[in-house]
Amino acid sequence: MKHLISVLVENKFGTLNRVASMFSARGFNLESISIGETEDPEISRMTIVTRGDDQIVSQVLKQLNRLIDTIKVTDLTRQPHVERELLLMTMKLSKATQHEIFELINVFKGKVVDIKQKSITIEVIGSPDKINTTIDIFRPYGIRELARSGAVAIHRGE
Amino acid sequence: MNGSEIFFECLRRENVEYIFGYPGGALLKVYETLYDVEDIKHILVRHEQGATHMAEGYARATGRPGVVLVTSGPGATNTVTGITNAYMDSSPMVIFTGQVPSSLIGNDAFQEADIVGITRPITKHNFLVKDVRELASTIQKAFFLATNGRPGPVLVDMPKDILNASCTFEWPESVDIRGFKPTIKCHQNQIEKAAHKIAEAKRPLLYIGGGVISSEASEELRKLAIELDIPVTMTLQGLGAFPASHPLSMGMLGMHGTFWANQAVNKCDLLIAVGARFDDRVTGRVDTFAPQAYKIHNDIDPTNVDKNVKVDLPIVGDAKNFLQGLLEAMPEKREKHDAWHAEILQWQEQCPMTYTVEEDSLKTEFVIDQVSRQTEGNAVVVTDVGQHQMWTSQYYRFNNPRSIITSGGLGTMGYGLPAAIGAAFGITDRPVVLFCGDGGFMMNIQELVTAVHYKIPVKIFLLNNSFLGMVRQWQELFHEEKYSFTDLEASNPDFLKVVDAFGCKAMRADTPAEAEAAIRTALDYNEGPVFVEFRVIKKDMVFPMVPAGGSISDMLLERLNPKTMV
Repeated sequence: MKHLISVLVENKFGTLNRVASMFSARGFNLESISIGETEDPEISRMTIVTRGDDQIVSQVLKQLNRLIDTIKVTDLTRQPHVERELLLMTMKLSKATQHEIFELINVFKGKVVDIKQKSITIEVIGSPDKINTTIDIFRPYGIRELARSGAVAIHRGE
Repeated sequence: MNGSEIFFECLRRENVEYIFGYPGGALLKVYETLYDVEDIKHILVRHEQGATHMAEGYARATGRPGVVLVTSGPGATNTVTGITNAYMDSSPMVIFTGQVPSSLIGNDAFQEADIVGITRPITKHNFLVKDVRELASTIQKAFFLATNGRPGPVLVDMPKDILNASCTFEWPESVDIRGFKPTIKCHQNQIEKAAHKIAEAKRPLLYIGGGVISSEASEELRKLAIELDIPVTMTLQGLGAFPASHPLSMGMLGMHGTFWANQAVNKCDLLIAVGARFDDRVTGRVDTFAPQAYKIHNDIDPTNVDKNVKVDLPIVGDAKNFLQGLLEAMPEKREKHDAWHAEILQWQEQCPMTYTVEEDSLKTEFVIDQVSRQTEGNAVVVTDVGQHQMWTSQYYRFNNPRSIITSGGLGTMGYGLPAAIGAAFGITDRPVVLFCGDGGFMMNIQELVTAVHYKIPVKIFLLNNSFLGMVRQWQELFHEEKYSFTDLEASNPDFLKVVDAFGCKAMRADTPAEAEAAIRTALDYNEGPVFVEFRVIKKDMVFPMVPAGGSISDMLLERLNPKTMV
């Protein structure tokens, strides 16, 4: 099953590499990984999406903990959390399709971030599932390029 | 102070006795400073791989971290095998590598290699020093990490400009690494639960790994096993944790373990694993490993728990703390184990460890047995990798901890000679003996220079069967006797001449009588290294044996009829 893991790490060069190479060295699945500074500039938060049975995920958590540069490892999967991903996507635009495209953007609560005569770039924010659906729905209109941020997640406040 | 002076001042603070090193361009400043350093002894090796194995041999024999100093690029990459070896066997080591000047890093400069990137997966942690003001605290952290929690190798990469730059020396009072808080103390409730299970068990078995040795817990183990009357089986790295001379000792378990140890694993109702990691060479097929047992597993590294074998009661913490806690928590009322001992005795009588002796030919088993007798199980024994290594585990009766130094996890041929030299730097009150095959001996033979130059009284026992014996054994058993590239007879050098050319005392033995005498002479010789070539029979095999992936209850007991399984 899919697991969403939040990891606080030292904000040092090479930390991302340590985490990523641990996954490949041990043959763990790494679906997405995203990293950014936290409120403390010495600490970064990584959000990792991985898949595996309980035994494997428990090893993933322990191996993450074992890295010297990790400060805290939390499996958010079964805890109250918010999970979001950002999608940036450029599509073909034509008279025939523009109406439908704009409507769909509204449905997905997306934003137009750039528009040219023959193309449109939109952003959509949501759970990775929602992003998957968005891509599926827009595919027939001709996707030129897309970029996904990977999931970021955080505990819900008290 | 400049960076190089800071480097040596740090080593002083860490009470470093020996550095195993080799100079080079990126380290010129360090070696300039070293020229006038008298309190730390630098041992000049002949290949950087040799330095790493020596440092590990020293670390394993003494319990103190081994220190390696090598230059950038090829110097650094030559340490990779030795570092991996130390990582797999959890040996404390700090490796210092020179690096090209900071301004050139990433430019494919002369003798540049991204050693921090290369060694990331094979070190416990590593550092690139980017500012001379961080050099001292980084070195302090490196030693702290190498020796605390589960020990391991830590690498510090030092660019040339950092070693030349100056700052005031500051040694932090204590080390605090946010992300490194190993669990030393075991959970009391878990210990009590374990004590309860042990008291109820009718057929308990202690399964002891190298963790007991690195945590210096042999005394606690001895007390516990004797007090509770529980038989003890050990892994290759755990040998010596419990004295082989004690009747509760079952010897080694696993692929080439004793028949009775493996039978006991198969039949026990309680397995207490301490500082061991359920390695595949121990378990064989995991789903048939100790099938009837309630499994308690104590290890300092949480990742070892439930990694290969699912256990019933995991207890994370230091082995010494676990064994002490257990002894205190044991209830008065306990099951007796007389029937269990009787069962084990039966297995011991059914399949004892024996070999035959013939007057005019020599067997490795005999040589090892002889050395064991003549040293009364009290030598520090270093091995290389292969058949002789397994025979050492079977026929040398280890009575003390830190007495077997062998490449277990990685299985590095070429490990033995340098590791033995390193061990002999650390241990001077007991003989240091090396058992080595003719294949592995050639892999780091250059270090014989080091042993001769520093007059290291290491006993080098070469067991020459003119074959890569263990590979040959598998070829015979499982690969239709196609001895593909394992017969070295035509290509091996005249070892006596080679060793003599290095300036090392050399002897040869071809019969049991000659062997016995040569061993005696070698053990009495302390002016420097001594070498004995034992020309042993070519096609001997190590038994018993569990074929890879087989259940440990299905052992091959002899060669003539490989189908004889019990």
